[in-house]
Amino acid sequence: MITSIEMLEKIRDDAKKKMAARLDKAYREKQYDVLVCAGTGCIATESEKVRKALLKNVSEKGLESTVRILKTGCFGFCKLGPIIIVYPDKTFYCEVKEEDVQKIVTQHLEKGEKVTELLYRSLKDDKHKETIEEISFFDTQKRIALQNCGFIDPEDIEEYIGVNGYFALHKVLMQDTPEKVIEVISTSGLRGRGGAGFPTGKKWSFTYHAKEEEKFVVCNADEGDPGAFMDRSILEGDPHCIIEAMAIAGYAVGAQKGYIYVRAEYPIAVDRLEKAILEAKEKGLLGNNVLGTTFAFTLELRLGAGAFVCGEETALLNSVEGKRGEPRARPPFPAVSGLKQKPTLVNNVETLANIPKIILNQPDWYTKLGTETSKGTKVFALAGQINNTGLIEVPMGTTIRTIIYQIGGGIPRGRKFKAVQTGGPSGGCIPDEYLDTAIDYESLNEIGSMMGSGGMIVLDETNCMVDIAKFYVEFSQDESCGKCTPCRIGTRRMLEILRSIADGKADMRDFEELQELAQDIKEGSLCGLGQTAPNPVLSTIEYFKEEYIAHIQDKRCPAGVCEKLKRHKIISEKCIACGLCHKVCGFDAIHGERKKSPYAIENEKCINCGACFEKCPVQAIERG
Amino acid sequence: MQVKQQKSIKEIDEVIKKYHETGGLIRILQKTQEIYGYLSEETQIYIAKKLNMPMSEVNGVVTFYSLFSTKPKGKYTIGVCLGTACYVKGANEIMKKLKQTLEIDEGETSADKMFTLIATRCIGACGLAPVITIGDDVHGRLNVEDVPKILEKYQNSPEKNYNTPNNHIK
Repeated sequence: MITSIEMLEKIRDDAKKKMAARLDKAYREKQYDVLVCAGTGCIATESEKVRKALLKNVSEKGLESTVRILKTGCFGFCKLGPIIIVYPDKTFYCEVKEEDVQKIVTQHLEKGEKVTELLYRSLKDDKHKETIEEISFFDTQKRIALQNCGFIDPEDIEEYIGVNGYFALHKVLMQDTPEKVIEVISTSGLRGRGGAGFPTGKKWSFTYHAKEEEKFVVCNADEGDPGAFMDRSILEGDPHCIIEAMAIAGYAVGAQKGYIYVRAEYPIAVDRLEKAILEAKEKGLLGNNVLGTTFAFTLELRLGAGAFVCGEETALLNSVEGKRGEPRARPPFPAVSGLKQKPTLVNNVETLANIPKIILNQPDWYTKLGTETSKGTKVFALAGQINNTGLIEVPMGTTIRTIIYQIGGGIPRGRKFKAVQTGGPSGGCIPDEYLDTAIDYESLNEIGSMMGSGGMIVLDETNCMVDIAKFYVEFSQDESCGKCTPCRIGTRRMLEILRSIADGKADMRDFEELQELAQDIKEGSLCGLGQTAPNPVLSTIEYFKEEYIAHIQDKRCPAGVCEKLKRHKIISEKCIACGLCHKVCGFDAIHGERKKSPYAIENEKCINCGACFEKCPVQAIERG
Repeated sequence: MQVKQQKSIKEIDEVIKKYHETGGLIRILQKTQEIYGYLSEETQIYIAKKLNMPMSEVNGVVTFYSLFSTKPKGKYTIGVCLGTACYVKGANEIMKKLKQTLEIDEGETSADKMFTLIATRCIGACGLAPVITIGDDVHGRLNVEDVPKILEKYQNSPEKNYNTPNNHIK
């Protein structure tokens, strides 16, 4: 039980000594901390096997006294998993396999020589990079919410305390009044990272001013946007910072009980949170006398059961109560009447992850980062047609171009960038003319998208925008809870029109109807899900109208994605008459004379399976 | 059989006792599904009676959330992630291949009761897209050609059933 600052400081100082290889820049001793990524991405590429092999090899060599093998959270560079970082020299090894382990141990950990072939090789200059600091993926990043992810062992509370964990909680309990804490958060300019960007300080203040004895703090960890995994990584890599932030929030608004509502699809996050809550209880950081004071705060986990709408805060509250996750009409807002009709503060994971750092570093440290209206940093999940998929954190105001080309390394296979989708099913597609937009809440709204929770899906010329719009409306339709008509029936009608466009059966009248319908659903729906469901349609129509027209009038899918409109054609000028397409065709639809005349596709026989398209060595086959 | 059945009713009674407070219903259903593999009508009625709740309310919750199943499942559940990142990287092709290989449609169970095929929401492993989950395992960076190999691995594995319903509550 920690009951005084001295006890907390003692744990921190002891932990710091243990973590010297990572924390002490002047560290020169031959003592290694080997961090193995244990995030969902790397575990799927078998990082656990690598870790076990490391442990085995190190013990066989008798190196336990100089080498520590540790589990950490996500480094962000998910594409290259499994990833290992060796401290103090900050060597970044990627795509490490079980059989590489022996070499790492005998060469690096025993003799101090780096294993060159496992180092990251830059796409730009094709050179191996010795340390993590030389890798351009990490260059322009600024990690605040992800500060400890990939740096500490998430399952060891002492490591968290070692990086000043729980000191923010201690500070507010000892020195600040609740009003003061709220003032600090308000001054920092922090806004909700769940998507809408509501000022966090204001939300805290509303809940604080609600006059009720019993109040609640709820962490929204129901990260449902497809293509977003920021919250998952924070929960997996730094669960204690969420616990600390929730306790601080509880103290500020006057709540004694908190709930973390997390998706059941994130088993590792659930597991680590459970462990972290238990550890925090044992240390007296949660319970009836937090840090030996009279402040009481307890936490409980609630698992989602697979409903996207539960990410909406009022639906989430219903789900925490064990009911169907249907949204409630607002007002009253949760700050006045939330869980069990009591004042409730609902904050997203990433929002909370910023809190302890703001308290410890003062708000003006935070306001120095970002734009006029959006302060601090934002975590994005980069995925889709991009070289460096993974998790990044950049200051607000960074341009989309920097994110996609500098950090993301551009589009694979030399293909052409088409759009980036932000904000998930509530957001929109941003075309290349807006690549230089400096990202913040307002700028993204202006160009018809939204910040959303931070998913960024990059699309290239092989993606069809009608198909993408259809994908998102299918999603919203399926996840519509059915409570209000515009969303329940409207999204279904929208989907029907989109399907008929994709099948080449729609006319311009349908197209107009689609746009009208989109406006009506936007205005008439009860909650955020319905109000924003038409966004992917509206934004693709705004920027890629010609693609819709091609589907409707020319009965053609320019990207060659929509099944019913796919057409394959061999460009005779490019064809080298190698005959590979003829060989691969299972329907005898391609004919020509080997090495003599160019080949051609017989349209009546072709089923547009695309086998020839994939096979052609000189890209002479066109699709669309 | 009889002994086993009584044992699982006992387990469910314990679950109900443990989570019987406000907000407990979803937890109770999750734990019950872990025991039986799915939530049959009988099971739902039993829980409703125990909680002194209308059956319609229990069923309303069961049918609202996609992770609850009212039908028995195969030994392994294959979840094909149809999140955006996987979708743009060809998850649909993987789904097609799985349907074809297993000769079932989405939501169905293969004739040998080995696999149940479902589409899942984003599992957050977008860096590895396209991905599928089989039981608790995640398989990423997939090609259509990888599908038969992966299935074979599970077909030949001697591992015990952990996804199979044992029996009903009568």
